Amino acid sequence: MTKLREIAHSRTGDKGNTSNISVIAYDAKHYPLLLEQVTSARVKAHFAGVVAGEVVRYELPNISALNFVMTDALGGGVTRSLALDAHGKSLSSALLDLEIEEP
Amino acid sequence: MRTIRIGSGAGYSGDRIEPAVELAEHGDIQYLVFECLGERTVALAQQARMKNPESGFDPLLEERMRAVLPLCAAKGIKIVTNMGAANPLAAARKAAEIARSLGLSSLKIAAVLGDDVLDACKDGDLRIMEFDGTIKQLGNRLLSANAYLGAAPMAEALDGGADIVITGRASDPALFLAPMIHAFGWPMDDWNLLGQGTVAGHLLECAGQITGGYFADPGYKDVADLARLGFPIGEVGEDGSLVITKVLGSGGAVTAQTCREQLLYEVHDPKQYIQPDVVADFSQVTVEEIAPDRVRVSGGRGSKRTDTLKVSVGYVDSYIGEGQISYAGPGALARGRLALEIVRERLKLTGVAASELRFELIGVDSLHGPEVSARADEPYEVRVRVAGRTENLREATRIGNEVETLYTNGPAAGGGAFKSARDVVAVASVLLPRELAKPQVRFVGA
Repeated sequence: MTKLREIAHSRTGDKGNTSNISVIAYDAKHYPLLLEQVTSARVKAHFAGVVAGEVVRYELPNISALNFVMTDALGGGVTRSLALDAHGKSLSSALLDLEIEEP
Repeated sequence: MRTIRIGSGAGYSGDRIEPAVELAEHGDIQYLVFECLGERTVALAQQARMKNPESGFDPLLEERMRAVLPLCAAKGIKIVTNMGAANPLAAARKAAEIARSLGLSSLKIAAVLGDDVLDACKDGDLRIMEFDGTIKQLGNRLLSANAYLGAAPMAEALDGGADIVITGRASDPALFLAPMIHAFGWPMDDWNLLGQGTVAGHLLECAGQITGGYFADPGYKDVADLARLGFPIGEVGEDGSLVITKVLGSGGAVTAQTCREQLLYEVHDPKQYIQPDVVADFSQVTVEEIAPDRVRVSGGRGSKRTDTLKVSVGYVDSYIGEGQISYAGPGALARGRLALEIVRERLKLTGVAASELRFELIGVDSLHGPEVSARADEPYEVRVRVAGRTENLREATRIGNEVETLYTNGPAAGGGAFKSARDVVAVASVLLPRELAKPQVRFVGA
């Protein structure tokens, strides 16, 4: 068992009330682990209480990366949110805490 | 093959000043782009312009121009920026005045107008994308409507000999695409070239975010010298080839990792990154380190542009009241929670009308919510935070007051109370048929 943080890095972006989080393998050899274990369903469960909408995953094998797009995730969006981190910029760090089973 | 070097001098309105000076001085660049216009900024600038017709542009325009103009004029570096905000023409006049005062009266300055589409929008039934409703239904809460213009008018200004091009709302990557179209004469229907140019613009638009900013994580992703972070340079060939680099000896780093992270920043479907000039496809992009701080980025593609332009609509949404207070030492968490319960009950007892409320402890659960945060250990200190949405400023003020009164009415040893109340100008989007926006270029001599 390890944490996602050990094999991948991540960045959060915002557009309106939608947050996107990239998950990028440090080493291309770990991309299959990401594909297999970092699923939309797990990400949605991990962000219980944060993401009210859908989580859609896009795959970018050329750069060993996944992109998660999470709707209704930012308390109405940066321009009107009550949150301290209205952009949700800190969300990537929470995702890197996800547990990964090593083969 | 012809190549141009474009420097990215700012990634947001308040960004550091001196990295752009470093780019102008040592970057061997021909173009310097300042991206300074956030989603909501045009709406706020429009409010300022209503009070004073010569205002409504970026407050740091003068400081940035004074810092770089002498170098740019001496070296023939062209400047492209969206610092025009809600008033590009006044911004251009201001830039001309600054140029004159620096003895640079031969500079040609162009304003790009026409992003303001309030008149074309306000009576229409254009549907708001973020929630149910139309622009018309916003009524007198509507403040501004600005279309994201493409690169064509900016390229036209450069073709016309402009040394400084100042726009209002334009797509951020288009600020970078314009110099490419101008320098190489790219056809406006070569979707693959425009797609790859959009990759370049997208990577550069947030300045320090691709040179090691918003990236460092000690022990995992170490970045040297963030206090002197160098801003990026895009080296673009007329065939669309792209190398991202920075000034030798500046702080930070350009690596495959920084480029991959920025490639996906604020991107949803990587196959369809919708821009005014093209629907860019990032899905086939590859990233390759070819030398220290030199990364080749290839494979951006594109398809035909859409028939609509995205319009950013500013409106008065609500008011937000907020209060904070800190507790530390043994039992801090329990006192913080007690404080939240007291304020929750006070807001009910005193009948504060809020449509939405947040009760949280900074240092415990304010960023990721109680569920995600539940497994962490107890902190040494906590900061209570209560925020609420109201319909007027008076109600908003009452929320912070109920936190402040914890000083003498709440748990033991609360300190450092803070309160605020503000109005909220929010932003929503609509899609406008492209032909209804009529961009135009206006030259202002220095």
